[in-house]
Amino acid sequence: MLSGIILYSLATIYLIISFKKNKLKTKLALISAWKMFRKVLPDLLAIMLFVGLTLSLLSPDLISSVIGENSGLLGMVYSTILGSVALVPSFIVFPLGRTLVQNGAALPQVAVLMSTLMSVGLATLTMEQKIFGRSFAYARNASAIIMSLLFAWIVWVVMV
Amino acid sequence: MKKLKRYRLFLVLLVGLLVIAYINQSIAMNTIQLTAESLWNMLFLLPPIFILVGLLDQWIKKESLIKYMGDKSGIYGILFTLILATVAAGPLYIAFPIAVLLLKKGASVRYIVFFLGAWSTVKLPVLVYEFTSFGAKFTLTHIFFGLGFYYIAGILFEKIYDRQNLLKNEIV
Repeated sequence: MLSGIILYSLATIYLIISFKKNKLKTKLALISAWKMFRKVLPDLLAIMLFVGLTLSLLSPDLISSVIGENSGLLGMVYSTILGSVALVPSFIVFPLGRTLVQNGAALPQVAVLMSTLMSVGLATLTMEQKIFGRSFAYARNASAIIMSLLFAWIVWVVMV
Repeated sequence: MKKLKRYRLFLVLLVGLLVIAYINQSIAMNTIQLTAESLWNMLFLLPPIFILVGLLDQWIKKESLIKYMGDKSGIYGILFTLILATVAAGPLYIAFPIAVLLLKKGASVRYIVFFLGAWSTVKLPVLVYEFTSFGAKFTLTHIFFGLGFYYIAGILFEKIYDRQNLLKNEIV
């Protein structure tokens, strides 16, 4: 909510300044903003429905039981897949992770899950491909998966 | 027909939802409620972001962005990218249009990859949650390892991907 207020204030202030300086440029800016919005809307609708589906299908109990203390490498694989496929709003990710750990999930597995939730997006891949091209989008997601696994390994070494 | 095709994924998911509704109504209701909620949040946040991107597109001169995020920007590039990513609000897919705009204005591929990585690691509002949920040691490990990793990834990506090639798909 707060970030919303800040964003709207910023946009309004800059829009007014821009309008005073150059009406044509401001008009072009608004047109391109509208075009961008229209281009991402179909993907956005799909992404949001996907968020709703994942959040209502996966309960913390269910996830914790799959990636518990003794889940080992297989638990790692599960949490990587889950984190890459699911899409959860970023401010929920860490409180969710904490709930999972309290429910008996292992920390490195939860670390992978959280990190992939934030950086890997199979649900948003169609959108990412349209913007950067297929090869770049795949490579970026792959690098984010590698990062998450390495991070989990560090967490395992340092904190467990 | 072309318009319908753009909504293909959404329609597929919608059918999925109908199947779920047939099997278990309460999960379906829950889905609709959660979807509406996050959709509303997103539709609320997106207009100002796109307006800012549109304004940046009109007003920022290519030369000045090249100075801050171009091939030869050095430490400025890192700092500038970090500041942009830290004050960010919203999920990663919002960063995509912003990243393309920066790329179009002359930012180097290295900083774009670093920007996307940093966006998923050091967003200030999310850091607060991370810190309170998992403590300092975990959060700092995450930040330093994440940033280091994505910077190196950026250098690698820069060798593989050409700016012009990436911009073929531009949406801005």
